[in-house]
Amino acid sequence: MSWFLFILLAVLTLGGALGVVVTRNVVHAALALLVSLAAVAGVYLILFTEFLALVQVLIYGGAIIIVLLFAIMLTRTAEYPRISDNRQWPLAAVAALGLLGVLIPSFWIRRVEDTEPQSPVFTELANSLFTRWAIPFEVASLVLLVALIGAILIARTRRDER
Amino acid sequence: MLSAGLFAIGLYGVLARRSAVLIVMSIELMLNAVNINLIAAASHLNGTGKFVHFDGQIIAIFVITVAAAEVGLALAIILRMHRNRSTVNVDEIDLMRW
Repeated sequence: MSWFLFILLAVLTLGGALGVVVTRNVVHAALALLVSLAAVAGVYLILFTEFLALVQVLIYGGAIIIVLLFAIMLTRTAEYPRISDNRQWPLAAVAALGLLGVLIPSFWIRRVEDTEPQSPVFTELANSLFTRWAIPFEVASLVLLVALIGAILIARTRRDER
Repeated sequence: MLSAGLFAIGLYGVLARRSAVLIVMSIELMLNAVNINLIAAASHLNGTGKFVHFDGQIIAIFVITVAAAEVGLALAIILRMHRNRSTVNVDEIDLMRW
């Protein structure tokens, strides 16, 4: 049952990802990305990491897709209908396949014996996050703040250049 | 396996696409591949002593945080680019080319 679910979700994920990279329409690409990300949330669920699945749906499925769609709408130009890949795409395909050819055998060779998937309860996760990982947590919040301010600064229009 | 496939597709997307927005999407795909790997490791190697507790999950949370920040900044830059040059095609953004 679990294997069947995993295969299904894997097919959805990879199909969505392929859709992102091959489709000609940018909005379709964003929707394919949404499918892929939702399937990844499903993968998290069968790994019993409910919290991460929740975060994935909220942040990726909600926030990031919305922001991407906003960007697509705001930068809509006449060139979107005929958007295309650039001239180096055969090279890119070779590089991607080469990376795949390295990664899959390395996963195969360095297999470790695994246990049944298990996950800590939320309280344990929170305890660890706010004790052992407290400093990285604060740094992450600082990174978010700086990114927000930087995004506003970059994207806003000054009065004199309108 | 899934992670490797997703990462490879993301890499292809970064290298082959013309639109900057699509490149950002491909970067998201690669980050997700890494996250799947981290969480699978955290979930499957819990009792074997090779992986401390569930650190993989926490690192994945940080990856998601940084990804959100990165998308915000990237889209701000793309908007700026679009306003100044009225294109989002990375082949035409050659202002900083040597």
